[in-house]
Amino acid sequence: MDILRLATAGSVDDGKSTLIGRLLYDSKAIFEDQLAALERAGAARGSGHADLALLTDGLRAEREQGITIDVAHRYFATPRRTFIIADTPGHIQYTRNMVTGASTADLAIILVDVRKGVLEQSRRHAFLASLLRVPHLVVAVNKMDLAGYEQAAYERVVAEFAAFAAKLDIGDLTFVPVCALHGDNVVERSINMPWYDGPSLLRHLEHVHIASDRNLIDARFPVQCVIRPRQAADPLLHDYRGYAGQVAGGVLRPGDEVVHLPSGLTSVITHIDGPGGPVAEAVAPMSVVLRLDDDLDISRGDMIARPGNQPRAAQDLEAMVCWMSGERPLTAGTRLLVKHTTATATAVVGDLRYRLDVNSLHRDTEARALTMNEIGRVRLRTARPLFADEYARNRATGAFILIDEADNATMGAGMITGLR
Amino acid sequence: MLTTPGLSQLDVLEAESIQIIREVAAEFERPVLLFSGGKDSVVLLRLAGKAFRPAPVPFPVLHVDTGHNFPEVIEFRDRQVAGLGVRLVVASVQESIDRGRVREERGLRASRNRLQTVTLLDALAEHGFDAAFGGARRDEEKARAKERVVSFRDEFGQWDPKNQRPELWNLFNTRIRPGEHARVFPLSNWTELDVWEYVRRETLELPAIYFAHRRTVFERDGLLLDDNPHTRRQDDEPAFPATVRFRTVGDASCTGAIESGAATVGEVIEELKTTRVTERGQTRADDRISEAAMEDRKREGYF
Ligand SMILES: Nc1nc2c(ncn2[C@@H]2O[C@H](COP(=O)(O)OP(=O)(O)O)[C@@H](O)[C@H]2O)c(=O)[nH]1
Repeated sequence: MDILRLATAGSVDDGKSTLIGRLLYDSKAIFEDQLAALERAGAARGSGHADLALLTDGLRAEREQGITIDVAHRYFATPRRTFIIADTPGHIQYTRNMVTGASTADLAIILVDVRKGVLEQSRRHAFLASLLRVPHLVVAVNKMDLAGYEQAAYERVVAEFAAFAAKLDIGDLTFVPVCALHGDNVVERSINMPWYDGPSLLRHLEHVHIASDRNLIDARFPVQCVIRPRQAADPLLHDYRGYAGQVAGGVLRPGDEVVHLPSGLTSVITHIDGPGGPVAEAVAPMSVVLRLDDDLDISRGDMIARPGNQPRAAQDLEAMVCWMSGERPLTAGTRLLVKHTTATATAVVGDLRYRLDVNSLHRDTEARALTMNEIGRVRLRTARPLFADEYARNRATGAFILIDEADNATMGAGMITGLR
Repeated sequence: MLTTPGLSQLDVLEAESIQIIREVAAEFERPVLLFSGGKDSVVLLRLAGKAFRPAPVPFPVLHVDTGHNFPEVIEFRDRQVAGLGVRLVVASVQESIDRGRVREERGLRASRNRLQTVTLLDALAEHGFDAAFGGARRDEEKARAKERVVSFRDEFGQWDPKNQRPELWNLFNTRIRPGEHARVFPLSNWTELDVWEYVRRETLELPAIYFAHRRTVFERDGLLLDDNPHTRRQDDEPAFPATVRFRTVGDASCTGAIESGAATVGEVIEELKTTRVTERGQTRADDRISEAAMEDRKREGYF
């Protein structure tokens, strides 16, 4: 069994909540008491039947407005896989939620209403999925019942979407015609669409190959903390010194020569201690403790890599930044904290090279600021070097968040495109 | 070429939780782990142990004692804590009542569940704890589904669900001002079944009340409650013996039992795979009061 993390996106009323409700319901992840609550709520609204969409509407404020407004997480499992859904809403003002949900996703589902075709918002969702480098994208063409289950209607949406997606960097793109309301092609293949010979949505989710999405080439180990059980009664532990962290790429094995950054000194891994004891190799996302042959001065925020394959040590970053603050804009000169792997550094925005129109992909080089939910290419200078890769190469060592030093708010998120 | 087989689901969840625990231990001044003796906090304690091995767990454990406990659970708590060699801090709801910080609820369905919030916040302030690890999972309840892993609380301990910090990748914003604190939920992505599978894999000990046993119970609001002084059984609520177990260990005044013959971890897992009712819906009277009960309590600073 493994875990598939998925993000969902769709314009309002395209049927996203219904689809998720359907997946949970048909995979038996909805329990009787939850169903009873849905029926009560459905009756109160006068719809008379259990409204599956209500299942994913979590908080009271949202229930009152009848919309989902933040990222919510759902869990369901089939005998093949466990699924973690980051459910994000499709409103224009909530780009930041989609970016948040997509940051950890293996796969994104974008809902499109077959009658409406590819809307501005669908394009934005596809772009964001590619920007965040979600490896797999599925377009669920929904409400097929309202188009007479006709192939031509479906093919129109597929062609339109594929034309736009060709401009983006999308690894794996799949289309499924569905009717979320009645369940066609959601869990079971639909008898109403014999012309469709692909798998149902759930079957695709169960079988999509994600193991090869991991970076097994660039060994990266950001140090979280140093483990020194000095006061331990056991004399054998007196000299124990280990570096705890989560592998962020590549394969690490005892006997491997490694380099410590920033010192540039090399050593050899003697032991790797996993949560259950010694391990022969460590890959992402394992949390382990490395022990080295030499006593180096290593602390939190440092990086361990291979001498022949190191991240860049850079103070000048260029990155795509999604701005998430409604309080203050990003402009040249803005001072921020950058949190990158386990390191935090002060940074100043050099300039905004362009602001991107996420619908047309037009680059506005005249723009002087990024406001809430805007995305742009930004130059940053950090007070000390960060050990980083381009995001396209490694999501873990190419990502950062931006924090306001004065009020500690998370202001934005960045994906590194260039390092100097 | 990899020589080891792929990571299991539990391996991945465990790795993620350990990463969170280490981040928080490294970035906060005075973390504390909230320990109730329930299965989630037992798993949390095990993960904390693993995160720093072979060094000891670098933070203490806090138990908010409602005074309405199942005696087995207190005894279990003391053994667990002694076994790991961590310091135990007990914050008592009774003391909060005696000091006039809170007033005991009245009536048949009175519970100390809500009062715990004040006791907890007072204890965090008194000891200067700035991060509190909790065992809550997002699969438990709708309001929890939107909770962050590192969840910010203002100086009044309040949670503002509409103004949460976005949380991306595994990069947590752990910065707070004096007087504020964070709740941290390393088990956010675990389900009830994952917790039990982990209990089995790690052969963790749990309080005996999690397994089928004979007990005198009575029915109220569709729940089976233990017949003890805290539940105040009425004359029209006949007591009867039944074979039951608990799915959560909460305040003895409002935690319901379920009829079950599952006497081992393996049997509980089999039972869970076929159950059709959620953990909270089946066993927590406090969540039945309204659709939004949990959300309201969480805003005030509840666990
Ligand atoms: N006819 C039809 N209606 C649907 C389908 N999927 C969703 N709906 C309806 O479309 C409306 C919006 O659905 P909802 O799931 O709330 O959309 P969301 O805003 O994307 O979450 C609701 O009235 C649904 O019942 C479908 O496949 N066919």
